[in-house]
Amino acid sequence: MTESHQDDSFLLACKMRALQLRAKLIQSIRYFFIQNNFLEIETPLRIPSPAPEEHIEAIRSENWFLQTSPELCMKRLLAAGYPRIFQISKCFRAAERGNKHLPEFTMLEWYVAQFDYHQLMDQCEAMLVAAFKDMGHDKNITRQNKEISLATPWEKISIAAVFNIYAPISLQQALHQDKFDEIMVEYIEPFLGIDRPTFIYDYPTQPAAPAKTKKSNPDVAERFELYIGGLELANGFSELTDADEQRQRFEEALKARTAKNWIHYEMPEKFLKILETVPQSAGIALGIDRLAMILADTDKIDDVVAFTPESL
Amino acid sequence: MFTASDLRKGLRIKIDNEPYVIIEFNFVKPGKGQALYRTKLKNMINGNQFERTFRSVDTFESADLREKKMQYLYKEGDKYCFMDNENYEQVYLTEDQVDDAKNFMTDNIEVEILLFEDKPIGISLPNFVELIVTEAEPWARGDTAAGSTKPVKVQTGYTIQVPTFVTEGEKIRIDTRTGEYLTRVKI
Repeated sequence: MTESHQDDSFLLACKMRALQLRAKLIQSIRYFFIQNNFLEIETPLRIPSPAPEEHIEAIRSENWFLQTSPELCMKRLLAAGYPRIFQISKCFRAAERGNKHLPEFTMLEWYVAQFDYHQLMDQCEAMLVAAFKDMGHDKNITRQNKEISLATPWEKISIAAVFNIYAPISLQQALHQDKFDEIMVEYIEPFLGIDRPTFIYDYPTQPAAPAKTKKSNPDVAERFELYIGGLELANGFSELTDADEQRQRFEEALKARTAKNWIHYEMPEKFLKILETVPQSAGIALGIDRLAMILADTDKIDDVVAFTPESL
Repeated sequence: MFTASDLRKGLRIKIDNEPYVIIEFNFVKPGKGQALYRTKLKNMINGNQFERTFRSVDTFESADLREKKMQYLYKEGDKYCFMDNENYEQVYLTEDQVDDAKNFMTDNIEVEILLFEDKPIGISLPNFVELIVTEAEPWARGDTAAGSTKPVKVQTGYTIQVPTFVTEGEKIRIDTRTGEYLTRVKI
């Protein structure tokens, strides 16, 4: 055996505890959804065209693409009368690699008919509390030597309020100065969900393409994110079911993509055609790898997958 | 020319006409937002460090940096003089630019001078140098406690911790990266 073989086996063996935690986590999550009358779904990983998003680039597979998210097919099932569906699948996003990013990662996505985003936040909380409990974390979980309390209800706070607490400028100023993303990563995200898990909700309409806008305020999308220990774990929203509005947002995303020379996508016509028949519903995507990072108490996504692109 | 997605730890780039080295790097992407590249940069001329976040549309020139073998000649005031052995031209570095290297430089030692757009900005030494101990407390035989050390002065004036058995007039090898004693050398 050469030295590099030994090194490789050693590094993989070091990940055993994290991989055991990860496997148990996925079992616990599945158990919750089965207990709550959800149907587990598998949709194709290879699709003709992903939902156009300004900041997510797909990876090609022959003349099709690897999915960046399972949303288009999941919503077609919702429209066909499947009221509670979930899926745990691989998603692929080009050029996303960092301490918290892998270009191939595992996503849990679920949809509930007749739910709005606040009901979905509560269900997400219930699912995670059950999974944490299953994993031996009844009351709290330790992250980087700090206790995170899992006592319910978890914190819910609007994005505008979060800017007022942590950021040097207001949400409106940040949007006006085109600094929303920078302020989020530099001043806000590291402090979210540190004492207890935190849902941030009512995001500005711009960056949330498939989210319904609030009736009371068209500048706000019915969207939320969950943070635990400074880590962004999930993104959910009340589904937008207005096909005209969705088409317009897709067009804006396509235009923005063309402007920066990204891959050309077709307009997802099949999806737009059924969108009007999607019932009022809410959907959420949760990063399984990130959740495993919390359970394994690590800062590096590499620690919770057996193989990274670099190790192949 | 680099774009932000080419950035990585150790890369040297030019910003506002000065050379910087990336000492920390991370890819981040807030939910549904754009890719951002968080870096910690060190100015290679004055050593100042700061954090900066870039977008994928940001572009950078690579810093025109190269190293050239030169010989250390002498110190004059607070300037250090080096000679390019190819064309016999002399260049100068300030005390700040020479930094810790001065502890290990003896006359005529060969060093690498770091040039930014042909201007000297820094120095790198061989990893190991051999220097003579010029001042040391005598060794008391019997003082053999494992790991016990004492300070001695070497010919450059630098004070270094060495094992107690090292005596005045001996030559020792020093790792210039850590500034630590390695071994005695037979003269």
